[in-house]
Amino acid sequence: MEIRAYLPLLLLMGFVIMNAVMMLGLSHLTMRSRPTAVKQSAYESGIPPLGDARERFSVKFYLVAMLFIIFDIETVFMIPWASHYRQLSCAVPLSNGLCPAGNTSFFGLGEMLVFMLILFVGLAYVWKKGALQWD
Amino acid sequence: MGYFYQINFYIFGLLAIASALAFVTRKSPVAAALWLVNTMFCLSALYIMMDAQFIGAIQVLVYAGAIMVVFLFVVMLLNLGHPSDIADMRGTWGKLIAAGIGVVLLAQILVIQRQRLPRIVPDVEAPRNVITGIAQPLFNEYLLAFEVTSVLLLAAIVGAVLLAKRRG
Repeated sequence: MEIRAYLPLLLLMGFVIMNAVMMLGLSHLTMRSRPTAVKQSAYESGIPPLGDARERFSVKFYLVAMLFIIFDIETVFMIPWASHYRQLSCAVPLSNGLCPAGNTSFFGLGEMLVFMLILFVGLAYVWKKGALQWD
Repeated sequence: MGYFYQINFYIFGLLAIASALAFVTRKSPVAAALWLVNTMFCLSALYIMMDAQFIGAIQVLVYAGAIMVVFLFVVMLLNLGHPSDIADMRGTWGKLIAAGIGVVLLAQILVIQRQRLPRIVPDVEAPRNVITGIAQPLFNEYLLAFEVTSVLLLAAIVGAVLLAKRRG
């Protein structure tokens, strides 16, 4: 694929970086620094901050993150499958991007169903164990 | 491969190296992790320039997204908020080991550079749809490996739940 097709993406990235640099840089250049204890405290939705932000986090967050990654990887396998599905659901090679009549096959659907069924066992296990519940 | 390609290659390559250097030199673990995200993004740009768009997208989705989430959670779980508390290998032995590993890595790069590998893979016509090159073998020849991957993911799910819910 022609690499020049990504020029708009590159321009967007350039504008995003410029925007961030200008917002931070200009406000830094034009500010007058008169710090007070209240101004320098962490902003916690308007209420006085409660304790330090650097405390131990519950392991539940970690569990959610791990499960997110695993089901994320499942999606990774589904992207090529979905983009190749037209050929996978046809027993003979496609002609002009279409399956010749009477050659529909359930091969592609079946293999993804097996894949998802095995992962569904995992989802059922997670659900049964109460790992999706917060407490 | 015109100038456009070369300029972008050098921009993203240098950014990746600079971010990687920042990643290993930052004192705060969270800042280091964010620099690693930047490295991953630059690598993804390099993958796209090598006509591996799917790998580039996965690099952002899985590495810059999901893996980094876990990195940050490990950082938070270990309560490494105070950089001075980190007990790492700052002694003489640590430096010696790191220098040794660095020399070995450099030697490996030099050896690989000098090798003239035979062209085993013939130039094949790239498919019009880039993702087809991955999907075609994955869902036909390597179907069993694909299905076994789901068992691997299942084992990961069970392992994560068992480890995290042990006390609960």
